[in-house]
Amino acid sequence: MTSPSVVPVPAPPPNDELELLLRLGDDRLVLGHRLSEWCGHAPILEEDIALANVALDLLGQATLFLRRAGEVEGKGRDEDALAYFREAVEFRNCLLVEQPNGDFGFTIARQFLFDVHAVVTLDALSRSTSAEIAALAAKSLKEAKYHVRHSGEWMLMLGDGTDESHRRVQRALDELWRFTPELFVADGVAARLAVQGIAPDLPALHAKWETIVRDVVGRATLTLPHESMHSPHLRGGRSGMHSEHLGHMLAELQIVARSHPGAKW
Amino acid sequence: MSGTSATRLTRDEILAVLDTVMDPEVPVLSVRELGIVRDVRLEAGEAVTVVVTPTYSGCPAIRVIEQDITSALHGAGIADVRIETVYSPAWTSDWIPTEARAKLKAYGIAPPSPAAATDLVQLLRAPRTPQCPYCDSRDTEVRSEFGSTACKSICWCRSCRQPFEEFKGI
Ligand SMILES: [Zn+2]
Repeated sequence: MTSPSVVPVPAPPPNDELELLLRLGDDRLVLGHRLSEWCGHAPILEEDIALANVALDLLGQATLFLRRAGEVEGKGRDEDALAYFREAVEFRNCLLVEQPNGDFGFTIARQFLFDVHAVVTLDALSRSTSAEIAALAAKSLKEAKYHVRHSGEWMLMLGDGTDESHRRVQRALDELWRFTPELFVADGVAARLAVQGIAPDLPALHAKWETIVRDVVGRATLTLPHESMHSPHLRGGRSGMHSEHLGHMLAELQIVARSHPGAKW
Repeated sequence: MSGTSATRLTRDEILAVLDTVMDPEVPVLSVRELGIVRDVRLEAGEAVTVVVTPTYSGCPAIRVIEQDITSALHGAGIADVRIETVYSPAWTSDWIPTEARAKLKAYGIAPPSPAAATDLVQLLRAPRTPQCPYCDSRDTEVRSEFGSTACKSICWCRSCRQPFEEFKGI
């Protein structure tokens, strides 16, 4: 008698397009939720409306990207299943977007760094060889362009404002800068997607991003942290290694859906 | 099999019904004038498919718009209405025709400027000065990119010293 032969199951090939869609969707889901935390608390009424509107756009974009992710995955998960029933280690957002809101200056600096990233990334993705990704990117790009006008204007007002607003937004930049390299890390997924023309070359995008950020930061009389502040680079979000903040946020974001699975209203 | 096929509405008649469905957030414009309705297809049998595209990816009004379209067509005797949502080409305010822009202005909302270019440095350096819908002055400023709805920004006219809303150009 021979023992039943065990046929090794080959690991499934990495689904790079799924990873990309989760990265795009999760960045927006997490940042959208963060911004929604300002609802009713923003310093002025116009900003309460503005932050809630940006949050709404980001949640709308997250819906589109995660819905497509579910289709590409092919396991019957829709955008709600992906948003509400994954654990923190399965989220692919960058660490920047999960950082707690801090003060208004911190929220604006985080938003500005992300918004510029969103515009350069979505602009490039709108020419993706994947027609579905190109369509969703072109749609989201239109919104990202007025998001960056909003956060960019505030960088100028706060940076070139009072001593106090300048000090606070400078402190926010200093603290957030180390999270920005992660936005452009060309890991295996990103490198393979770039070769296929599905996603852009990230190092080239990084340079473009930094040119725009420097222009606004300079005009806002702020300074970018020195290169030494780049290290230690904080990254890991794209492979599911998150800060403790994400878990706390997900508990709040997911509790209703998990307490009442399948509920409709 | 159906005895009503002889009275089936033509595509043009269906479009005319859709001309009466107003946008819930900008009630002077119909969903067709806004470019939300992209196509109408008469399917086999009695079914009619209306192809729509959302203005904004998170537009909370899109569900209401779909319900309004469905009930208007039900009212016109079409029992089987199907809504199909498309995202490409992405909606742009450039689709709003000249007559509809005049209606927006008469309603007190500055019509949208051409959709912004993607040159970010330029985008962030050039302040926008929408034309005041009340006095036509260009001596204006955008006070907030976000107004009462996602599609509008809040502006201020220095000439007539009044606030006004602008339909965003996207
Ligand atoms: Zn005026």
